[in-house]
Amino acid sequence: MQATSTLDQAEAPPAVKSRSFKRAFADVREAWDHRELWGHLGWQDIKQRYRRSVIGPLWITISMGTTALALGLLYSVLLDAELPAFLPYITAGFIIWNFILGCVTEGTDVFIANEGLIKHLPAPITIHVMRMVWRQVLFLAHNLVIYLIVMVIFFGTLSEPYRMTDGGTLQPGISWTILLAIPGFVLLAVNAVWVSLLFGVISTRFRDIPPVVNSFINLVFFMTPIVWDADILTKVTKTAGSDSQWRVLIAELNPVYHFVEVVRAPLLGHHVDWHHWVVVGGFTVVGWLAALVILRNYRARVSYWV
Amino acid sequence: MVSIDVWNASVDFPIFDAKSRSLKKLALGKVGGKIGSEGKVPIIEALHDITLSLKDGDRVGLVGHNGAGKSTLLRLLAGIYEPTRGQSRIVGKVAPVFDLGVGMDPEISGYENIMIRGLFLGMSRKEMEKRVDDIAQFTELGDYLSMPLRTYSTGMRVRLALGVVTSINPEILLLDEGIGAVDTAFLAKARDRLKGLVARSGLLVFASHSDEFLAEFCNTAIWMDEGHVKMHGDLREVLIAYKGYDPFERMHLSHDAPVLSGNGGEKQ
Repeated sequence: MQATSTLDQAEAPPAVKSRSFKRAFADVREAWDHRELWGHLGWQDIKQRYRRSVIGPLWITISMGTTALALGLLYSVLLDAELPAFLPYITAGFIIWNFILGCVTEGTDVFIANEGLIKHLPAPITIHVMRMVWRQVLFLAHNLVIYLIVMVIFFGTLSEPYRMTDGGTLQPGISWTILLAIPGFVLLAVNAVWVSLLFGVISTRFRDIPPVVNSFINLVFFMTPIVWDADILTKVTKTAGSDSQWRVLIAELNPVYHFVEVVRAPLLGHHVDWHHWVVVGGFTVVGWLAALVILRNYRARVSYWV
Repeated sequence: MVSIDVWNASVDFPIFDAKSRSLKKLALGKVGGKIGSEGKVPIIEALHDITLSLKDGDRVGLVGHNGAGKSTLLRLLAGIYEPTRGQSRIVGKVAPVFDLGVGMDPEISGYENIMIRGLFLGMSRKEMEKRVDDIAQFTELGDYLSMPLRTYSTGMRVRLALGVVTSINPEILLLDEGIGAVDTAFLAKARDRLKGLVARSGLLVFASHSDEFLAEFCNTAIWMDEGHVKMHGDLREVLIAYKGYDPFERMHLSHDAPVLSGNGGEKQ
């Protein structure tokens, strides 16, 4: 059998366009079909990190527990808040923040870190993002243990209407709305995927992005009502008169606040404010559109750039 | 139908962190792809204007100097690189074995690595669980499979990688040089598996510097030079042109009639 190259070449080049939305969608869809793969790899990552340590992934839980406890004690004193209401608030907020932090910082790095796999195995690039987000979900699951402990301890306070600070908003207390945390978190995770797709591809090309993100993310943490409460802003506004209304915007203009709030408010039996859901929904749509455009144009370039 | 078709495909790597000035000097060198710098970013033209058509039953050896573009061509054929210019179309399930370290976690056991490799190659967990015994038997690694991969020798890693790849019935198998590390006894075994693979109307592309391996596994060859296909045809002819002598003459008699050189491996 003689195979000579050009003589028996198949018919003219097909119109397979590498840059098309069809290929972008296919990448995401195939990544979903590979869920056994990234599901397995995500677990592996967690097990890997605590290999040979005696209590293993429990370290995740312990470190979250100590941090939440220390921050809760400190800030409830600083802000003159009720500890039984404020400690769960900080715990829940900090757990959600850790998820966001992990997704954003590791998201910018997701393709760079997986250079070897991308260059050696043909697979949709979205797989690496899914693996990373799944890993963060598993971290969050470990941290939820702390939330449950705190809940058991302070259920007495949280199950009835309560205020976190003197003169703060009256929160209705835990009820069926706690179930809203599930769709809230699903929305958050869906957003985590587009964020790391978008920033992951851009960072692979422009390596300045990860350090920039890493240095600003701490600022975001302090700007977001996590260790402090958005009520404080309104309280200040009330005392300072109507011309300081803008202070509320400190929280409202911060998208992270809305993402935290869709998950945190139901978990704590806070008043569920639908405008957070609207903002998060808007970000989901716009963000995914942007990510798909990036995926369409630069998906095939990632293996060249890493 | 398994096939790989490539039309006028080029692969250009942008090198973002290189100083273009010093690269101009490099361009005078003879090793590696051509380095262009038309735009702001210097570019390495790793592959230039490749046109190929491979069909089932093809067993292609890939020869060429270091930096001639063999590995890049394999990645183009695997679909890892989509051509910067031109077109490519890959029909069939691709199983690449390039770098044996990649996709293998040194800290986890051989069994777990088998699982991950398999999942990466598009298998489901259940399908892989069925194959694990078969792979264990084929690789002859025995109890070592429960040991972390870092305790393995290079040859053992090759066994593991080949075991996984050949067990999953890939349609297109792409091998890069690393496989040279296994011993002859195992190679004979691997040969049978690869033979079966090609007989199942698979397609094999194998980059190697070893005449013995090429003679063993391939019937046609591609000679890569500076990112071009310099020659594509019968294995012996290409090797004679590439080496300047007939390597088959020097080989042991058994290699003169390699088991695999029949038509699609059906007759022996």
